[in-house]
Amino acid sequence: MDQARARRFSVLFQIGGIVLAFVFVSVILLLVGANPLTTFKLLVEGAVGSASRISNVLVVWMPLLLVTSGLLVTFSTGLWNIGIEGQITLGAILTTGVIRLFLDASFPPVLVIILSIIAGMVGGALWAALAGLLKTYGGVNEIFGGLGLNYIATALNIGLIFGAWSREGIASMSGTDPFPKEFWFPTFESFNLSWPSLVLSILGLIVIFFLLQGTHFGLRLKAVGKGMRSAFRLGIPTKKYMMLSFMVCGLFAGLTGALQVVAVYHRLIPSISSGYGYLGLMIAMLINFRAIWIAPIALFFAALNIGGIQLPIVQKLDSSLTGVLQGSLVLFILIMQGVKQRVLGKAEGE
Amino acid sequence: MNVGLIRINKHFGDVHANADISLTIPEGRIFGILGENGAGKSTLMKILSGYIQPDSGEILLDGEKVLIDTPADAIRHGIGMLHQDPLDFPPMQVIDNFILGERGSLFLSYKEKIQEFEELQGQFDFSLDPKAYIDTLTVGERQQLEILRLLWLGAHVLILDEPTTGISAQQKEKLFEALKILAKGGKTIIFVSHKLEDVESLCHSVVVLRKGELVGEVRAPYRTENLVEMMFGKQITLSNPRLLAQERVVFDIEDLVVEKYPLTIGPVNLKLHAGEVVGLAGMEGSGQNVLLRACVGLIRPVSGRVVVNGQDMTHKNYPGFLEHGVSYLPASRLEEGLVPGLTLAEHFTVTAHEKALFIDKGYFQQKTEKKIEEYHIIGRPGTPVESLSGGNQQRAALSLMEERLAVVLLEHPTRGLDLESAVYMWDKLKERCTLGTSIFFISADLDEIMRYSDRILVFFSGRVSPPLDASQVSLEKLGQMIGGKGWGQAFA
Repeated sequence: MDQARARRFSVLFQIGGIVLAFVFVSVILLLVGANPLTTFKLLVEGAVGSASRISNVLVVWMPLLLVTSGLLVTFSTGLWNIGIEGQITLGAILTTGVIRLFLDASFPPVLVIILSIIAGMVGGALWAALAGLLKTYGGVNEIFGGLGLNYIATALNIGLIFGAWSREGIASMSGTDPFPKEFWFPTFESFNLSWPSLVLSILGLIVIFFLLQGTHFGLRLKAVGKGMRSAFRLGIPTKKYMMLSFMVCGLFAGLTGALQVVAVYHRLIPSISSGYGYLGLMIAMLINFRAIWIAPIALFFAALNIGGIQLPIVQKLDSSLTGVLQGSLVLFILIMQGVKQRVLGKAEGE
Repeated sequence: MNVGLIRINKHFGDVHANADISLTIPEGRIFGILGENGAGKSTLMKILSGYIQPDSGEILLDGEKVLIDTPADAIRHGIGMLHQDPLDFPPMQVIDNFILGERGSLFLSYKEKIQEFEELQGQFDFSLDPKAYIDTLTVGERQQLEILRLLWLGAHVLILDEPTTGISAQQKEKLFEALKILAKGGKTIIFVSHKLEDVESLCHSVVVLRKGELVGEVRAPYRTENLVEMMFGKQITLSNPRLLAQERVVFDIEDLVVEKYPLTIGPVNLKLHAGEVVGLAGMEGSGQNVLLRACVGLIRPVSGRVVVNGQDMTHKNYPGFLEHGVSYLPASRLEEGLVPGLTLAEHFTVTAHEKALFIDKGYFQQKTEKKIEEYHIIGRPGTPVESLSGGNQQRAALSLMEERLAVVLLEHPTRGLDLESAVYMWDKLKERCTLGTSIFFISADLDEIMRYSDRILVFFSGRVSPPLDASQVSLEKLGQMIGGKGWGQAFA
């Protein structure tokens, strides 16, 4: 089969996967007594119905861009960085810590914010390095190590919110005391969209795109991921590159956490990672690890997230429905890839 | 049970592993199957025991045609195969393994089974503890257990694939006694081996396979020279290769001992001169690849020294060896040689170990094109390596090595290659010898060893001969040593 035909074939299967996912969700909707068409319409309206909704979508889009970009680095080396959630959390914790440290000092707030973001990135990278050390030197599968570290990060976060950093008298799930306004990232007027976040997120995506496409570093990561033993024999220090890929991903996760603190919540909250790490993993799988597709698919996922918010009010449906849709999209597209390979394999076998 | 194989054919890709093989194996005898690696012995036995299916041909048991599609079918027909590596369950007890695979009863009566087990092993003078855990057993004991298990399952035909590898002399004696008892009792014993001595002392008759074909059948008593000639073919005329070796020693192995279960290899002493080619001969698994890996820092030696260009490298790791100009090309090209999924150009980029951040794609495109031409690789810079043919992959792997290396270590450099590719590969390697690079290589092909080596090390179950001068040693002698004979003379 020639390449053009194979590509068309593959697109066909992907579309098939999307259709199946929507059919699957529609069946669930019918089962719970909701009209699928109305629901999908509500989703679209919820996402793009007004300027502020679009702004909300972009607020979710930015962390998704960053985590997915970071995850493509670990996926390049063939690693499943499930621990990304914990890395986001650590980034948020360190950022909050630095800001709290300098709240009463006379440093210019801009400097403090920059410092705190750098601290967050370092925190994410170090937390990722732990998972990396466990993997490369401890022989612990990065999925198990990452999961364990996620729990520790969550515990640490909750511990701080209810302990050392708790609000006076009223330690609560709503998080730590909000920072004064001068420690907030600037936003576009009357929107909650912060432009420095937007710049950093898009910049992050561009950096990763070129890192993976055109650098020696990126190619070596890919070599380690595709054939570790061969790469080692060809003289690439495989452990070093695995560690580096963890740390680059952690850097991006840490930045995500930092931005959630300084640009979105302006304080530390218990669910600071908002599950964006796991969502990023799904996006990475959905786009088959190609950086060029991060932006549109992350935007689509962000739109689903925001579009689902009003479902409980209007349709009496839980907003987790969007999660069902996102999950089934990934599942069905992966299933269709498997089906495609079987069909192609058979065609070649004959 | 009499076993008949009629016109068995099996292809693996281009390789004709079994070519029209017809055999009759009578019951009550020990029947040997002899041949070097890749001769087709294992393939034939796997067909008989249901692990693989022949492309064509028939299997007759007591004159009746049977279909054997799976190992379970084989056992139902009374054919049991004892594999080179015991297929048991190490975390379990002897008695559990014994019962395993038995059909029928859901509930187990351990007491009864243990009693039956003891009775059975008493017949052969085995003394296995039914309560012992498998991972505390030696290879020989695991083999005994497997024999008992197969008999328990009702095997009338026992196939033993290289059963004497990795077991002690006493265990071998016990095994041979047991096999003789079984044969006397009317079982059919098929003994697959490359060890001349074992075959000669045990088997009533022997067939020899070579390159997938049946060379002939011989009955005891045997003439060793005759068997060697059947195994390896006629004497070949040799060119005199010892022209490129220089006086300078680049690679010095001193009293090197390496252990890799179940073998202890060495002590090895060898001074490799610049431009010299040393071949490692022996049956696969005799320790050649273990020695080779110890010479590039992939396995830590137990004792002894490895010196590269005057520098002691004994406890250095692989990247250290690489830095000192020692390069290694393993047999598994796509697992350890090249990175599947990366293109040729990407390989040249990765191996350049550039300090720069961005890849100069134009430069590497040109470099790749140059190498493709120089090494006659059929492919383009953008071709993923896994879609190259075996010969082209091997040339690509060679072309990726730096020009001026101290030593190149190769595992089976021409395995799976057609004649032309093989000759080309060696031309390129010899070119490097003229530049002062020494070559240390493993091959299962004695022709290749004899043709290209200046000196030869022979391996047999971990024993390593002193370096033999290739121009002084005959193919027959080499064949005997590989089969474990004539070692006394070699050291004299």
